[in-house]
Amino acid sequence: MRTRIIVFPGSNCDHDAMHAVKNVLKNPDTEFIWHKEESIGKNIDLVILPGGFSYGDYLRTGAIARFSPVMKEVIKFADNGGTVIGICNGFQVLCESGLLPGVLIRNEALKFRCKWVNLRAENTDTRFTNSLLPGEVIKIPIAHGEGFYMADPEVIENLESNKQVVFRYSSDGGEIISEANPNGSFNNIAGIINKEGNVLGMMPHPERACEAILGSNDGRKIFSSLMRHFEFIRETKAAA
Amino acid sequence: MNYHVYIATERKEAILDPQGKATHHALDSLGISQVNDVRIGKFIRLAVNADSKENAQAIAEESSRKLLSNPIMETFRILEITEASSKGGSY
Repeated sequence: MRTRIIVFPGSNCDHDAMHAVKNVLKNPDTEFIWHKEESIGKNIDLVILPGGFSYGDYLRTGAIARFSPVMKEVIKFADNGGTVIGICNGFQVLCESGLLPGVLIRNEALKFRCKWVNLRAENTDTRFTNSLLPGEVIKIPIAHGEGFYMADPEVIENLESNKQVVFRYSSDGGEIISEANPNGSFNNIAGIINKEGNVLGMMPHPERACEAILGSNDGRKIFSSLMRHFEFIRETKAAA
Repeated sequence: MNYHVYIATERKEAILDPQGKATHHALDSLGISQVNDVRIGKFIRLAVNADSKENAQAIAEESSRKLLSNPIMETFRILEITEASSKGGSY
C-alpha cells in the first residue's frame, strides 16, 4: 500500500501513522509529505491526514490547513476517487475542505477527552472496513477537545440513509447509548465516509491501536481492510 | 485607500456555546442576574486596500464567507468600515 502522510505545522500523530503503516503493517513505500509540497506523487494508494493541532487550531480546527498548498492536490486526488483517511484533526480538515459534510465542534462536556472508546462498525461494505464484521465492536483511543460531530438535520438524514456513518461510539456490548458518547456527537457518530466511499473521517485514532502492547490492535483492521482493497484492485487489474 | 473592516462571527443560535454558558454562570455568581444569556463569538479586523468603501465591504464579505466563518455553524456580520491611515494595519 503506497501511503503518503501529510504533515502540517502542528501535526503530531504523523509519526504514529508512519509507524503503524510502515513498520507494523509492513508497507515500505510510506512517506511523509510536507504541507508546502505541491504534489503528492504518482500511483499513490492512500493519503492520510493525521491528528494534531494543525496551525494551532487557529480560527477553527482544520480551517487554515485546508488552504495549505498540498491540500489542493489532496482534494484533486479525492475527487478522482483516491483514498483519503482523516484522523482526528485530519477529520476536521476534511470537513473544513468540504470533502466531508458537517463540522466538529467543542465537546459537549467542554473537556478534552483522552481515553479508550468502543466503536461499533455500522457499515462494513467499505474499503476501510471490509475486514470487520457488521456490528463488530472495536476498541480504539480518542484524544480530542473538538470532536462533537454535527450537521444540518437533512445532512444527518442523508448520511444515515446512504450508510455513510461507518463508526458509532457504543458500549462494549455494542449498544448505542449516550453514556458511550464521549463528545456529544449527533447519533453517536465517530466516523463517516463521503457518498462515493473513498474518503473516511474519524475522530478515534486507529494508528494508535495497532499493537497489543499498546492496549489494542483493533486499529489494524482498518489499515488491513485498505490493504486488502488495494490488493484486490491490483489483482483485478492484472487479470484484465 | 485603506479601510479597516470590523467583522463579528457568532455561532448560530441552535449551536451550543459552552464559553458563553460558563461566562453567564460566572456573571450570575457575581450577582449580575439581569443578564439572560451570553454568546461569545470572534471579533476580526481586516486592513483592506480597496478603491471604495463598497469594494472593501465586498472583499470582507468574500473573506468571511470563504474562510473567516463556517456557514454550517456560524454567521458573520460586518460591523463597521472606517478609513484607515495610509499604512493601515495598526491603530
